[in-house]
Amino acid sequence: MKRRLFLASSAGLMASVVIRPVAALTQNPVLTSLVNAYAAGGVVREGRVKFDIAPLVDNGNSVPVEITVDSPMTPAQYVVGIALFNEKNPQNQVAEFVLSPLAGRARVATRIRLALSQQLVAVAKMNDGSCWTHTVEVLVTIASCIEE
Amino acid sequence: MARALITVPKTAKAGEIIEIRALIQHSMETGYRRSSEGDLLPRDLIRNFSCRFVDAAKSGEAGDIVFAATLHAAIAANPYLSFNLRALSSGTLVFNWDGDNGFSHREQITLTVN
Repeated sequence: MKRRLFLASSAGLMASVVIRPVAALTQNPVLTSLVNAYAAGGVVREGRVKFDIAPLVDNGNSVPVEITVDSPMTPAQYVVGIALFNEKNPQNQVAEFVLSPLAGRARVATRIRLALSQQLVAVAKMNDGSCWTHTVEVLVTIASCIEE
Repeated sequence: MARALITVPKTAKAGEIIEIRALIQHSMETGYRRSSEGDLLPRDLIRNFSCRFVDAAKSGEAGDIVFAATLHAAIAANPYLSFNLRALSSGTLVFNWDGDNGFSHREQITLTVN
């Protein structure tokens, strides 16, 4: 191979290696179908929801999570519900929350179990029927649910 | 009898958004674990939680739902839930937990808005 050609091809290879981790998280099809079922025909878009969870979890038996949604929470415009789904636990459902304008703030915090390193998604359903999601990827070092 | 721990400020200013934290003692047995003898441990979960606000002027009524949750096996033992309330008037907050094997627990807390 000519030196010039080799340099050009190796530069291309390096570029592809660098770009890969920057690419957006592609949602697992299992999660996508669960989100669509929860949306029940509503438009599903990414954004407005913030799913707060540590990217590296030491103990899957109790993982603190917090979900906040960008919403004024007025009787005219509020979050009807929030659902959490996981990809690889024995059961895909984690929890479904019902909110009302009385809550004043679209926020919920709880503690969950994670069996394996996997993707999780939070879906918020607005009173106009639209749904917004945030997908996160979590690494778990000590698993829950399937241990003795 | 299960023990529940609820954190709510005793008083709030009208219109203030307060944080409510509710924790209840419960194993949340998933139904996927095995005992040391190898038998599958039966599932025992809290399935539903609700928090209602009963206005002091309308006491005796069921009140309005502030927050409710359907829980599954992926919720950690001793379920902890934190959410908010826009304090508009004085009243009572009624908390309810329901689950497998007839589990039911109710707590109430009075909130003074000034």
